[in-house]
Amino acid sequence: MDFSGFLNNLTPATGFFYFLSFLTILTGLMVVLSKNPIHSVLYLIATFFCLSGHYVLLNAQFLAAVNIIVYAGAIMVLFLFVIMFLNLKQEDEESKTNLTKIAAMVTGGTLFLIFVAVFRKTQFGAFNAYSFDSQVGMVESLGEVLYKDYLLPFELASILFLVAMIGAVMLGRREAGDRHF
Amino acid sequence: MQPIVPIHYFLIVAAALFSIGLAVMITKRNAIAVLIGVELILNAVNLNLVAFSQYDPLRLEGQLFALFVMVVAAAESAVALAIILKVYRHYQTTDLDKISSMKK
Repeated sequence: MDFSGFLNNLTPATGFFYFLSFLTILTGLMVVLSKNPIHSVLYLIATFFCLSGHYVLLNAQFLAAVNIIVYAGAIMVLFLFVIMFLNLKQEDEESKTNLTKIAAMVTGGTLFLIFVAVFRKTQFGAFNAYSFDSQVGMVESLGEVLYKDYLLPFELASILFLVAMIGAVMLGRREAGDRHF
Repeated sequence: MQPIVPIHYFLIVAAALFSIGLAVMITKRNAIAVLIGVELILNAVNLNLVAFSQYDPLRLEGQLFALFVMVVAAAESAVALAIILKVYRHYQTTDLDKISSMKK
């Protein structure tokens, strides 16, 4: 397919998808390439926003909102806090050998090529687009399934959070002899 | 009838993010940067789950699974960062190559 034919067939949704994918992979690459950990975290936040756009395209609106609130809002702030707490702004990149970088590039590239090769060979079944319902990813339908069929995992998640919270407080506690921050 | 964007494309984006996350985990020596790689990988898996959720008759099971992955990721990163704080207080560094007292 030549480029003008490609542009003629481009609907707004597909155009948005290509733009978002480009941005996602670009910011993902910047996470690897940036030397400063703070910049890495900021690019990661940009990646999460792009992923939320993908979720909206896939009809998962509630998940897109949760992704921004939980990931970009809570987890990444935690990361930034710890980085600034430990004063990790400077990283001794010179001591890192080029061999590690080449090994990472080869490993990641090979894995990606394997994935693409597998996806090209795979036949995905047709999915029924006539049963399309734009409300499917909203809170109402998601909550109905969550509180009916997935009640036990939901309760277990609350226990997991309690244990994680207690564990984090226990580990992060200041002990006698530690300096104040 | 084909969907607007074929599912392959989402899977390829997710695969690229997964590979990038793996590369982050290999190149970076800082423990926090390695955790960033783990978060990228978890998000790639989430994108896969949401993409495959369109094949479900209810179209929700994959989304719910992604929700639970987010829950576990939040708990995991809180505990992991607390451990990193503890390690930093003990060794005065978060360089994973220098924390090797178990090798001796």
